Amino acid sequence: MKGKKKLLAGVPPKGSRIFVTVILALIGIIMCSPLLWMISTSFKIEADVFNFPIEWIPRRSNGLQNYKDVWLGSVSFATYYINSIKVTLISVISSILIGALAAYGFSRIEFPGRDTLFLLYLATMAIPEQVTLVPRFIIFKHMGLFDTHLCLILNASFSVLSVFMLRQFMMTIPKELTDAAKIDGAGHLCTLFRIILPVAKPSIATFAILKFVWTWNDYQGPLVFLTSPKLYTIQLGVKMFSDAYGDFYSLMMAAAVSAILPLILVFIFGQKYIIAGLVSGSVKG
Amino acid sequence: MKEVKAATGSTRRMSLKTRETIKGYLFITPSFLGFILFSLFPLLLTVVLSFSEWNLVSGLSGIEFRGLDNFIKLSHDKGFINSLINNFKFVLFALPLLLIGGFLLAILIHNFAYGKKLFKTVFFFPYISSAVAVATVWRVIFQPSYGPINELLRSLGVGNPPGWLMDGKWALFTIAMMYVWQEIGYYILIFITGLQAIPEELYEAAKIDGANRWQQVWNVSVPLVSPTTFFLFVTGMISTFKVFDAVQVLTQGGPGTESSVLVYYLYKESFRLYRVGYGSAISIILFLIVFTITAIQMKLQKRWVNY
Repeated sequence: MKGKKKLLAGVPPKGSRIFVTVILALIGIIMCSPLLWMISTSFKIEADVFNFPIEWIPRRSNGLQNYKDVWLGSVSFATYYINSIKVTLISVISSILIGALAAYGFSRIEFPGRDTLFLLYLATMAIPEQVTLVPRFIIFKHMGLFDTHLCLILNASFSVLSVFMLRQFMMTIPKELTDAAKIDGAGHLCTLFRIILPVAKPSIATFAILKFVWTWNDYQGPLVFLTSPKLYTIQLGVKMFSDAYGDFYSLMMAAAVSAILPLILVFIFGQKYIIAGLVSGSVKG
Repeated sequence: MKEVKAATGSTRRMSLKTRETIKGYLFITPSFLGFILFSLFPLLLTVVLSFSEWNLVSGLSGIEFRGLDNFIKLSHDKGFINSLINNFKFVLFALPLLLIGGFLLAILIHNFAYGKKLFKTVFFFPYISSAVAVATVWRVIFQPSYGPINELLRSLGVGNPPGWLMDGKWALFTIAMMYVWQEIGYYILIFITGLQAIPEELYEAAKIDGANRWQQVWNVSVPLVSPTTFFLFVTGMISTFKVFDAVQVLTQGGPGTESSVLVYYLYKESFRLYRVGYGSAISIILFLIVFTITAIQMKLQKRWVNY
C-alpha cells in the first residue's frame, strides 16, 4: 500500500473531522464493548457478574483464581492449548511445504496437462468445505484416523489456497533469477529452497498467519472428527467448558479470553500480513 | 555421422523433456494426492450418497440406492425448509447492513477521521476472534433475565425485553446480529482498499464541477467502488450460506428449528441422527446454491459493475 492515499478533493474542515472522529470513537467503543465486558467479567467474582450498572473495572477481583480454575481445573485448558498449538503449527508448516512444491511445479516446470490440472484445482476452490464433510468423515473412519490429531492435520494440510497464493507469487519472480541457478547446475528442489522461498517470505508469512487463524478458530472439523476429550482443541474446549460450567459465567469468560488472546496477539504483530492477505483476494484485475 | 549426431541430440532433448515432465508431476504429487483424496473423491461420494440411504452405524454393506427419494423427502421436510428460509432471512438482514454500514464506516474512516489506522484495528478485533468464544460471550450478554443487554433495556424503560436466543422470534436475528458485528471489520477493510484505488483526479474534477464532499462520495466513490461492492455482495452471500459455528454454539438451531440453517441441519442429520444419505442430499442443495450464485455472478459481473 505505497503511494499517495486517494482522498476526496480538499481537506475537510477541522471541526467536522473532529466531530466524525468522536462519532467513530463511540461506535468503536460500542463495537469493542462485548470484548471488554468479556475481559472484565473474567476477573470478577461470580456474584458480581450481573451487577448493574455494569462494573467495567471489577470492585472485587477474583481473576487469579478464575484463570487458575480454567487452566488447571478438571476440564484443563492447558491440554486444549497444547493440542491446538500442535495441530495448528503442524498444519501450517505442512500446508506451506506441500503448497510450495505444487506451486513450483505449476509455475516453473513445463509439463503436459499442467494448466488443465491447475484449472481443476481452482474450480474446486469454489466448493464449500461443508459439502464434502460427510465423505471426509467416512474416509477418515475407514483409514482408521477418526478421532486422532492426524486426521485434523491431514484435513488442513492440503490447501488449494496455499498452492494458489504461492503460485501467483512465483509467477512474478523473473525467470532470469532462476536461470542463473540452473546454469550453475542447481536442481529444481535446490532452486525452490535456495532461491524462490527466500524471496517469497512475505507471501509465505501472509499465508502462514491466515492459516494459523483459520486452523486455530476451526470448530466444525474438530467437532466432527474428534470424540475424545483429551484430544480436544481450544474451540471444542471452550464449548465443552461452557456446557460443563454453564452457570459460572466468570469462568466461561476466562475461558473465552484464553481462546481469543493468542489471536489478538497474532493480529497485533502480524496485522500487516493479515490485511495484505485478505485484501489480495479482493482486488481483481 | 551427421545423422547419428542429430538423432542422439533429439533423443537427449526428448529425454530432457520427459524428465521435466516426471519432475513436474513429482512436485505436484503430494498436493495432488490430497486433492483427490480430500476434495475430488469426497465430492463424487457426496453425489452418490445423496441418491442412497445409509445409516452410518450399519457399515458399508448397508448402503441402498434410492434414486431421488432423499430429495423428494427434503421437499416435504419442515425442518429443512425452515433452515433454507432462515438462510435467506439471514442474507436479507445481514448483507445490506454489512454493505451499507461497511461502506459508510469505510468512507468516514478513510476520508473524514483522524487515527485511521487505529480505527481499522479496533473494528477488526471481532473479525479475528473465534466464533465459538465470541458466541459464548454473546450468550451471556443476551441472557434474558439478568444479562447486561436486557438490564440496559429495562433501565431505559422497556418493560418486557425480548428473550433473544431463547425466543423463537428473536433467536435467528440475534445470531445474525452477532454475525454482522463479527464481519463488519472485514467489509470496512476491503472497502477502504477499494476507495484507495480511485484516482484522485476524479474527485478534483467533481469539485471543479461544484460537487460538495457528500456529492463527491455519492457521484464518484459509490459508482467507482462498485467492483468491490459486487465482490463483497457475492462472497458475503456465499459465506452466510455457510454459517454454522454460531448456530451450533448458541441455539443448536432452536427453539425447534426456528434458528436452524442449512449447514447446521446438514450437520444434525449426518452426525447427530447418522442419516448420511439424507445429509448428503442437503450437501448437494448447498452446493447447487453456491454454484448458482457463482454462475450468476460471472454472468452479471460486467453489467452490474458500472463506472
